[in-house]
Amino acid sequence: MSPGTKNKLIINMSSEATAQQTKWWNGGRSPFNLEYGKLMMWYFLMSDAFTFGAFLISYGTIRFSQNFWPDPNRVFNAFPGTGHMNLPLAFVSLMTFILIASSVTMVLAVHEGHRGNRAGVMKWMFWTIIGGIAFLGCQAWEWHHLITGQHGVIVDGNHIELVGQTMGGNPWGRHVDPMVVNQALAASPTETLAHLAHEYPLHEGAGSIEDLEKLPKDQLIGMINLEHAHISEKGPIAFGGYFFGITGFHGFHVFSGVIINIIMLVMTSKGVFDRRGHYLMIEKAGLYWHFVDLVWVFVFLCFYLV
Amino acid sequence: MEHQATTSEITFHHHVPGKENVKRIIKTLIILSIITAIELGLGYTIYLIHKNPDFSHGLVLGIKGVIVILSLAKAFYIVSIFMHLGDEIRNMIMTIVVPLMLFIWFIAAFLWDGNSYKNLRNNYDKHFQERTTEKHGGH
Repeated sequence: MSPGTKNKLIINMSSEATAQQTKWWNGGRSPFNLEYGKLMMWYFLMSDAFTFGAFLISYGTIRFSQNFWPDPNRVFNAFPGTGHMNLPLAFVSLMTFILIASSVTMVLAVHEGHRGNRAGVMKWMFWTIIGGIAFLGCQAWEWHHLITGQHGVIVDGNHIELVGQTMGGNPWGRHVDPMVVNQALAASPTETLAHLAHEYPLHEGAGSIEDLEKLPKDQLIGMINLEHAHISEKGPIAFGGYFFGITGFHGFHVFSGVIINIIMLVMTSKGVFDRRGHYLMIEKAGLYWHFVDLVWVFVFLCFYLV
Repeated sequence: MEHQATTSEITFHHHVPGKENVKRIIKTLIILSIITAIELGLGYTIYLIHKNPDFSHGLVLGIKGVIVILSLAKAFYIVSIFMHLGDEIRNMIMTIVVPLMLFIWFIAAFLWDGNSYKNLRNNYDKHFQERTTEKHGGH
């Protein structure tokens, strides 16, 4: 048995034992047993983890300093195509599963890369890119829904305005006494009432906003389903900024990940990695993509679950 | 030649063989899906508990604690299996994990600070407290 094969045998038996026998810090080799680019990707991701960590901890600090914070089950209860149905957590769980699935296809692409299987890498990279685009599409819908959603909010304790969730405010504040709501409805303009009657009708077929605006106020107030309309105070301003800031920063990572993955797919199809003799670039892109999934675990935790 | 250039930094390879690796990936996918499903179930439980105006804050806090621990488990599986950090040598694992220990102080100190600010304001600014505390039985 040559020393080379004997060495391999030991490695196969126990890489742990080999790692302990090797004098890692004596020079001449990487003490981390890792290719330079991959190591640097790890360090970049570590610094990125601190960036995301700082954002999320800042959010936590503000949240801990408030007596009231919006309930995620109330904020995130919509699903595309279901109107005003109350479906807490449904859409974000879809987004989470899309991201987990794309993480799996990515690790399968890395796996095929180890075997030097170009067609396999291309297939799994393709599905990873599709997963990333699907996630971005979901996020775009969610943002659009939150920004353009028209929710009745009591302003100055005496009248109602329609607001969506933006950086400057949101409708997710404290509950308001029904008595106060009724007084505020009477003091609100017909336009607002028509909108509420249109968005939250007590009975089906309330008609278009133009038709509703012609009706008297008393009649309009009677047509609003107040339980669904859930009129409350304005929520803490910081909520919108943190939500859009952090999910936006994460979405930006997903977007750049998709771009990187597309570049990797093109390079693979051109045979660049076959000529190099290894698919280390796929591994590095994979590390970045898994990190995006990792961050989502915590964004999901901080904004949607707790 | 190029192949050699990349391996000069790598003293030995420790890749898990083909089929076992795929099996491990699928197993991890199942674990992550189950944990996520449990998390969603607990999130929905909080939603149901909140419907009762006199819900137990301690219970909700406990459930949230469980969700945090489950999230950390998910993070462990993603980093260890998908990112293959668990397959690297100890030196490599430590150079990533040890700096991340900073988060223990980072999280504890800042949440403590936020909480302290809230308590101070509630103590010295009763108007703030009245204006921002949820009124019970309001709906």
